[in-house]
Amino acid sequence: MTTLGGLAPSKPSSSDTLVAADGTPLVRKLAQVTRRARLKAFLLVLPLLLFIVVVFVLPIAQMLWLSVNEPTIRQDLPRTTARLATWDRQELPGEDVFAALVEDLKDARERQAVGRIGAMMNHVYSGARSVFVGAGRRTGSLAAPYSKALLDLDATWGDPRLWIMIQSMSQHTTSIHYLNAVDRTLDERGNITPVPENQRIHIWIFWRTLWMSALITCMCLPLGYPVAYLLASLPLRTSNLLMICVLLPFWTALLVRITAWIAILQSDGVLLSSLAALGFVDMDTAKRPQLVYNMTGTLVAMVHVLLPSMILPLYSVMKTIPPSYARAARSLGATSLTTFRRIYFPQTIPGIAAGALLVFILSVGYYITPALLGGKDGVLISNFIALHVESSLNWSLAAALGGLLLMATLILYWLFNKIVGIDSLKMG
Amino acid sequence: MKQWKLLGATAVAAVLAVSYASAQQKSITVVSWGGAYTKSQVEAYHKPFIAKTGIQIKSEDYDGNVAPIKAQVQTNKVTWDVVDVELADAMRMCDEGLLEKINPKSLLAGADGKPAAEDFIKGTLHDCGVATIIWSTVYAYDASKFSGAKPSTMADFFDTKKFPGKRGVRKVPKNNLEFALMADGVPAADVYKVMKTKEGVERAFKKLDTIKNDVVWWTAGAQPPQLLGDGQVVMTTAYNGRIFDAALKDNKPFTIVWDGQIWDIDLWVLPKGSSNKDAAMEFLKFSTSTQALADQAKWIAYAPARTSSIPLVAKYNDGKTDMAPHMPTAPANFKNAVQNDFVFWADKQDELTKQFNAWLAK
Repeated sequence: MTTLGGLAPSKPSSSDTLVAADGTPLVRKLAQVTRRARLKAFLLVLPLLLFIVVVFVLPIAQMLWLSVNEPTIRQDLPRTTARLATWDRQELPGEDVFAALVEDLKDARERQAVGRIGAMMNHVYSGARSVFVGAGRRTGSLAAPYSKALLDLDATWGDPRLWIMIQSMSQHTTSIHYLNAVDRTLDERGNITPVPENQRIHIWIFWRTLWMSALITCMCLPLGYPVAYLLASLPLRTSNLLMICVLLPFWTALLVRITAWIAILQSDGVLLSSLAALGFVDMDTAKRPQLVYNMTGTLVAMVHVLLPSMILPLYSVMKTIPPSYARAARSLGATSLTTFRRIYFPQTIPGIAAGALLVFILSVGYYITPALLGGKDGVLISNFIALHVESSLNWSLAAALGGLLLMATLILYWLFNKIVGIDSLKMG
Repeated sequence: MKQWKLLGATAVAAVLAVSYASAQQKSITVVSWGGAYTKSQVEAYHKPFIAKTGIQIKSEDYDGNVAPIKAQVQTNKVTWDVVDVELADAMRMCDEGLLEKINPKSLLAGADGKPAAEDFIKGTLHDCGVATIIWSTVYAYDASKFSGAKPSTMADFFDTKKFPGKRGVRKVPKNNLEFALMADGVPAADVYKVMKTKEGVERAFKKLDTIKNDVVWWTAGAQPPQLLGDGQVVMTTAYNGRIFDAALKDNKPFTIVWDGQIWDIDLWVLPKGSSNKDAAMEFLKFSTSTQALADQAKWIAYAPARTSSIPLVAKYNDGKTDMAPHMPTAPANFKNAVQNDFVFWADKQDELTKQFNAWLAK
């Protein structure tokens, strides 16, 4: 477009405007042609765009939507939802709300939905499942006044916190899952309050995910930089061989690499057995240091797995740096250190930025390596998201955790753009 | 013309023959978990049942996902006549009205004449399900690692001074909190009563603290025998069947400590509305008879749910291993045992998993 702007006459002052062969003004003709070309280009990428929207953007949007809007309670307890909408949380809801709940539970029992309601409520109020299921079983025998009947059945119905949770779960947009994701909950007056000390876990794991990712990035850089330099500067034959050494693990299946690390690092594995044979560690496997199923194992394997993601962008940038610059610096009397510091290194910064960003963002969301090697203290936030998707079936919480992770990544990306500038990225 | 008539007559005869045969040859579909477990059922239940009644059995495998039952019952197209499920699923589906109610009176009396309601071990008969087997979460140790005294109580698992070495523990709160409380002196019968209180949970975590630095965490049932075999741990919590298999097949000196075992059941259920209901009930009665349950132990190290079956438990199919001492319900093993309380865990799993992970991370 910029070249076109240059072509277009800015002031069509003269009467004889340039025209194309078919008589239309050249400017308009040019615009037509470029529009058509752009349409063609758009049609070409349309399948890919649709594919990305359908399999990537929509599911993510749907999942994020679930983190603020979980429709189960609203649909299964419609009367209660309507009554609770205006409840001011000051004291226990009135008889009308209790009566509405019993009606709803009767319907739910008919539709066999009580278990579902209980399971959903149990995610935000521990023990709610049996409270709901118990009430659901006896809806037939409950008589007015329902508040008394339910309270007699289970004293938990008298806890304002339970009602606050029903209210938040029935809202069209609720923050309860995001509160849970940052170890907060609502107390019996509806105020935001931290969960008990012994249940705070997510913030801790978020923090660990961030600093472990930073550490992995910091380890990949000094390991990858010299390799990338050799790749870019060695004669073609040797550098090709070296490139194969870099790419071969990159192409190997991830599970194979992780299993290999288990075989190397476990307490009777290759590494510790060799060290034991040399007398550096104890012969008794039980007394050897633990190198796997903890943070060490995760770190080692993740650095190994992500190293090519650091080396390849670095290499592609280094390849474009003309060796004559460094030679010129040397010929002007710079020491090799000064040459590196002032001439070579500044030119590799786009590669460092690209590699570091790539490694960091990949490791923030890494799942399989920490899942297999993480053990007690090496698991990351993605493993917790998986836990809530697969086993506790608390998808709203998983969505909220995922949303926070996405937000953190975007913020980091934005910061990176501010500091380094995304235009200076070079991926090859 | 004549040919056409002949052909028509043959066709009619063929149709008649087929429908007659299908009326004669009844068949039911029995669904279970597959592998060695289904094999044990085929050998102990299916084969003798077919031989006795002539009703054919189609055996299908599933992965524990009971959603198809719901779909079949709701669309009134029940193709699974008998299904082997876990207790939590049996209770839930019973609540949702998806299963036939089973009257204990309709079950066969024990071989010693005791009615089924008394003969089945307490906690194994339910409104909509009849337990067949009892399996158990226990801990086991490698006998070659301890030359002197051997671990014998739950407290020993938590005693790293008396029995040094790493422990394998499953990376979930379930069962581990119960184990910790029993090790801390809570009798099996009171475990869940104590665990329902906040202090009880604190107490359990405090006990787990004492071995935290000596634990190798496992996640899949196949890992514990492997951890023991590799020498990564000297003792580990495990499922009794897995340890039995590893000890027998790989000839390893693995010993199960039954003190403080947490047992659980698998049940037969009948999805509601099956057109083969009578045949299915017939099969359920046959397979939960004293002899059939006892026979199953010949193929797998799970205990029969009936008391009267225990004395009839014979040898494993290798012809030399006596199965009786390997049963979770053998009198010597069943002394300090607790049944897994699925209601407690359905309620508390979310909260305690969070607390467990927080505890683990610190």
